[in-house]
Amino acid sequence: MKWEFRNDAPIYSQLIALMKLGIASGEFKPGERVPPVRDFALQAGVNPNTMQRALTELEREGLVFSQRTAGRFVTEDAQMIDETKRKLAEAQVRSFLGAMSRLGYGKDEIVGMLGQCGPADSGENEKEAAENADL
Amino acid sequence: MPIFECRNLTKSYGAAPALSNVSLTVEPGRVVGLLGPNGSGKTTMIKLANGLLTPNSGEVLINGMKPGIETKKIVSYLPERTYLSEWMSAAQLMDFFGDFYPDFRRDRAEEMLARLGISQQQRVKQMSKGTREKVQLIMVMSRAAKLYLLDEPIGGVDPATRDYILSTIIQNYEPDSSIIISTHLIADVEKVLDEVIFLNRGEVVLRSSVDAIREEKGKSVDELFREVFRC
Repeated sequence: MKWEFRNDAPIYSQLIALMKLGIASGEFKPGERVPPVRDFALQAGVNPNTMQRALTELEREGLVFSQRTAGRFVTEDAQMIDETKRKLAEAQVRSFLGAMSRLGYGKDEIVGMLGQCGPADSGENEKEAAENADL
Repeated sequence: MPIFECRNLTKSYGAAPALSNVSLTVEPGRVVGLLGPNGSGKTTMIKLANGLLTPNSGEVLINGMKPGIETKKIVSYLPERTYLSEWMSAAQLMDFFGDFYPDFRRDRAEEMLARLGISQQQRVKQMSKGTREKVQLIMVMSRAAKLYLLDEPIGGVDPATRDYILSTIIQNYEPDSSIIISTHLIADVEKVLDEVIFLNRGEVVLRSSVDAIREEKGKSVDELFREVFRC
C-alpha cells in the first residue's frame, strides 16, 4: 500500500480512506491480521496515536474487529466488504460525473463516450474519491 | 500529571525578551512540535527545561519537579549542537551513556548503529557532520526516558536520513513518554506529530492538534505556518 497524504485533509481520515480502499480492493484480505498499531504507524510514517484513531474508527464501523489478545483483524463479513466497495465505486462515479459536467457534457454524451473510450488508467484519484464517499 | 509544564515562564537576555509569560502543559504519550521562526524562543524553552538557563520569573516543571538531578534521570536531551568528545569511538560513547544513564539501552543503540552502517570502532573525529548528528540522536533515543527534548534533530541530515530518523523516533519512544521536537522543517515532521505549539517572539501564538488544523483550516501545518509567519 502506498501511504501518501494530501495537505488539505486530516491524516487520520486519509488513513481510514486508504484502508477502506485496501479492504475493498482485496489488498487486505478478509480475516487478515492488521499489524500492531505501532508497526502499522511506522509503515505509514505517521504518529501512532493517529493510527490508533483511524483503527478505532474502522472498528466502530465494523470493517475491522479486535480480539482481546490476538490483535485486530479485517472483517470477514463479505456483505459489508461489498457494501464498502459499492460506496467507493459510487463515489468514483459521482466524482467523474461532476468533472464531466463541469466540462459541459450531459449524461447521454458521457455514456456514448464510455463506449468508445480506450483502456483504463492507473487510478490516481481513488483515495480522494474514497474520502468524499461519506461511508 | 503533565510531563512538561511552563508556568508564566519569562526569560530575557539583557533587555531582549526571549520568552514572555509562557504557560503550557504537555501530557504523557504525546509527540509535540515546537515550531517557530528563528529567534522565537524554542531553544531557550528547551534549555530552561534542562536547567541550562534559569528563568527570570515563572517556572518549568518536569513531571512536577524543577529541573535538577531527578529530572535529568527522566529527560533525554538532544541539544542543537553535538557535544560528543572527538576522541571517542561509537563503542566508547555507548559505554559513556551507559555509565551516566541507568535507562540507556545499549542493544538498541547497537542495532541502530548497525542499521545506519556506522562502525562501533569509528571515532567521532572521523565522522562527517551528518553522521555525528545521527550518532548523537541514536544515543539520545536509546534511553528509555519519560521526556525527550529534541532541539532541531533533523536539521543537518539529508531527506532519506530524515525519514529514517523520524521513524527511529517513533519506534523508540515509550507509549507513555512524550517527545518535544523543535524544528522549522515542518513538512518533514508533521505526519509524526500529535500537536503543535507555534512560538513567535517569545509567545505562544497557537496550540492545536495537527488533525484539527487540517480539519478546520483545510491546510497542512506547514502551509499554516507559512501564512502565520509570512515575512
